[in-house]
Amino acid sequence: MVTKKIELNIKVNNKDYKLLVSPNKRLLDVLREDLGLNGVKEGCGIGECGACTIVMNGKNICSCMVLAGQAEGAEIITIEGLTGPEGELHPLQEAFMETGAVQCGFCTPGMILSSLVLLRNNPSPTKEEIRAAISGNFCRCTGYQQIIEAVQLAAEKMRKGGVKVNG
Amino acid sequence: MYKIVNKSVERIDVYEKVTGKAKYGADLNCGSQLYAKTVYSRYPHAKILKIDTKEAEGLEGVIMVITAKDVPGNNIMFGKFPVLAQNEVKYIGDGVAVVAAESKEIAEKAAKLVRVEYEELPGVFDLEEAKVENSKRVHSEIENNFIEHSHHLLRSGDVEKGFKEAEVILERTYRTQFVDQAYIEPEAVIVLPDPYKIGVEIHGSIQNPYTIRENVATVLGLKINQVRVIQSTIGGSFGGKDESVMLMAARCAVIALKTGRPVKMVLTREESFLESSKRHPFQANYKIGAKKDGSIVAVENKVYVQGGAYNNKASFANWRASIHAAGPYTIPHIKTDIYGLYTHTIYGGAYRGFSAPQMVFATESLIDELAEELKMSPQEIRLKNCLKPGDEMGTGQILLPGKIPAPLEKMIREICRKTDFESKRKKYIQEREGFNPLKKGIGLSCTFRGAGLGGEGIDTASATVTIDIDGSILIQSGLVEMGQGMRTAHAQIVAEVLGVSLDRITFGNTDTAVTMDSGATVASRGILAGGNAMLIAATELLQRLHQQASIMLNCNIENLISENEFIFNKSKPDKKLTFEEVVKECLKGQGLSLSAQGWYNPGPEKLSPETGRGKAYPTYSYGTAVAELRVDVQTGKINVEKITAAYEIGKAINPQIAKSQFYGGILQGVGYAIMEEMRTKDGYLKTKNFDDFLIPSSADMPEMEVTIYESDDPVGPFGAKSVGELGIELIAPALANALYNATGKRIRELPLNLERVLLGKTLKK
Ligand code: FES
Ligand code: FES
Repeated sequence: MVTKKIELNIKVNNKDYKLLVSPNKRLLDVLREDLGLNGVKEGCGIGECGACTIVMNGKNICSCMVLAGQAEGAEIITIEGLTGPEGELHPLQEAFMETGAVQCGFCTPGMILSSLVLLRNNPSPTKEEIRAAISGNFCRCTGYQQIIEAVQLAAEKMRKGGVKVNG
Repeated sequence: MYKIVNKSVERIDVYEKVTGKAKYGADLNCGSQLYAKTVYSRYPHAKILKIDTKEAEGLEGVIMVITAKDVPGNNIMFGKFPVLAQNEVKYIGDGVAVVAAESKEIAEKAAKLVRVEYEELPGVFDLEEAKVENSKRVHSEIENNFIEHSHHLLRSGDVEKGFKEAEVILERTYRTQFVDQAYIEPEAVIVLPDPYKIGVEIHGSIQNPYTIRENVATVLGLKINQVRVIQSTIGGSFGGKDESVMLMAARCAVIALKTGRPVKMVLTREESFLESSKRHPFQANYKIGAKKDGSIVAVENKVYVQGGAYNNKASFANWRASIHAAGPYTIPHIKTDIYGLYTHTIYGGAYRGFSAPQMVFATESLIDELAEELKMSPQEIRLKNCLKPGDEMGTGQILLPGKIPAPLEKMIREICRKTDFESKRKKYIQEREGFNPLKKGIGLSCTFRGAGLGGEGIDTASATVTIDIDGSILIQSGLVEMGQGMRTAHAQIVAEVLGVSLDRITFGNTDTAVTMDSGATVASRGILAGGNAMLIAATELLQRLHQQASIMLNCNIENLISENEFIFNKSKPDKKLTFEEVVKECLKGQGLSLSAQGWYNPGPEKLSPETGRGKAYPTYSYGTAVAELRVDVQTGKINVEKITAAYEIGKAINPQIAKSQFYGGILQGVGYAIMEEMRTKDGYLKTKNFDDFLIPSSADMPEMEVTIYESDDPVGPFGAKSVGELGIELIAPALANALYNATGKRIRELPLNLERVLLGKTLKK
């Protein structure tokens, strides 16, 4: 009854990994347990809360809904990969700090990554577009107000300064 | 002018959170750890005939399975919660056994192999059943289902006389539902056997470390100081990470002591919904009498509160409810009775606002109904009756101008002006009859809120502040940071007092071995009680630094000032000592301690047990809100368009953080009002995860406009009062009132869901 492990090749935060995992292990658990990337959070396990959001092949997805087997060859970004090599913060991280968009912080990694995908596709989103882009990420603390302000501020920073770090 | 206080500085723990470095309970791991999983009851009420753990124990990788008989000390904790149910299960979330295994997967598998034989028993599943005399009892050691010490009352004036004087009398009943706090992080703990002595160290998402320490000690049969509790970063709590975490900590601690290995337990969302506390459902029966001119003469109410199977909170919740039961109004005759009842269901506990959101929903709906009856506007009736400086509250406490301010009148006027309340209200009434199925509505509510615990319990809080040789300052509160921003506000207070920059300050997580018992982080007491404790500790250290500086500068200690990192004689400001210089001299030169504990008790507040009258709280915060919505009368769907709110909070230590608390509270209020409900049927929990328990997403958020009023309230540190809970309680009644304005239908039960909006009532009950 022990399921046979499979080889999994993934690129996470710009680093290549060759892992041996059980094929029905959730990607969420691979990232947290095998790679120690604890910035990926679990809030519901059923794809509703968005705490486990990662960027996979350019899209924000719930890593609790993806099995390891489905991630073969994928390119993944987690919150740990957003910071630059010298520890420089991404404009989104700076903006979340400055606007008071973080309270307990549990939704923050997922929220930032969903915003990252939005800003890559749409450098000047409207308030409505931001609301839609993060509507799959629950935040119970902030009422979203300052998160939306943060994404607006980050967009402005990125337009002005360009992005030097990942993302 | 303040240098650091009253400024929107960045949170001191935010860097760790935006980089994913902050560790939450589930992120903690310890070599050789075991994974524990609870086996829950299958029935809401049943006799346990037999528990067979053999098969589970036989599974490879299972180290131990425990049941109630393995608990070395007390199996029963505060609030009657059993670590594991012994002979009987009293609700669907009771644990009967815990499995500990080498991996999460094995623990999950083994939990399914624990065989429990039950004899199902009939139960008491709602308030109506629980109230009936001779009904089934949830706890056989008491005579009925009324929760011990949960009856709280208020007797003021003579209601019979009051109702005789009244020209209009209304009688109404309002009902509220169970809701979950729905923090996004599910509960997690890890318990390590103390490596150096008999005892345990508990880390996790723990809102109330001291309660857990005390309870786990009795469960293990150890002294309190053999149990050490350290909070991890907490992913939201809002009152909720208390009983469930206490149960988890106790279960893991038993296994950790027996096996000598660390034990980790992380709840799934389903388990968190099943086992954690909920907001108490209320059935509030009101009678109100007024004169034709709108002055309220009497209020009488009987309120029943569903406690669930176990309860350590109803008596406290009902105490607060009794103070707030007549609203922020001057009413000469009041009779209030609040009772808590046991049922074989999920249980009530603390959730932001505690008992106020339920009571404010009732009273603020009622006052609108009274206004309607009297053909007055909701604004007018509130202005006429609201508490004004110098007025006497129902409890007999006098609101003195400048001392305990009562700025409601001004706040109500301003919010109505700002939102164009009166003309919109009239316009929407006229539009009710039109063909357009989309109707607009506007509704008003107001509230007052006693700051801190008041007479509800011991309100003492403590803080430890330590300055090291490099001039760095470690602050550690006995109260817990859960995301509310308390530790940033504390850091601001300490930096302000010591005249140093915030960069010097490092926070330590709450640790029961470091800081004295501060009670629970509840009742918005983080600033009032916790902040004052910080202020006291910092002031004590300043005193010691100045003592040293006065020798170094050869001047009188009274002449010293600490500012911008320097300590100097104000009459000779050109000779300045650096903060670090003085710290070094204290610690190295003179051997003076630079560690201090601050200990603050705002009370004692006391009420007469016969009348419920007296000084309930040291001070009060105030709030008012206007809700604007659009409702589709063909589908019942409500769109909350805008919430405008104003809060009087004394002084905001950090205006940005204070505002975040209000935004968050408001949106939780929207969820409570129109979306959320933990449904139970015959004791079974029907709402299992976020696909069923819908909380507001960014798509549901209204436009929010928050105004903060400041005053010089003398009680809190730098005049600060309470912030955390005020945001939520105004929203449900403002929306119910707006819905009435839009449709002419009065809904007296939460949530204001499709069925209720369409039919004006609910089909069940
Ligand atoms: S944990 Fe994946 S969506 Fe909630
Ligand atoms: S900050 Fe707590 S859930 Fe978003």
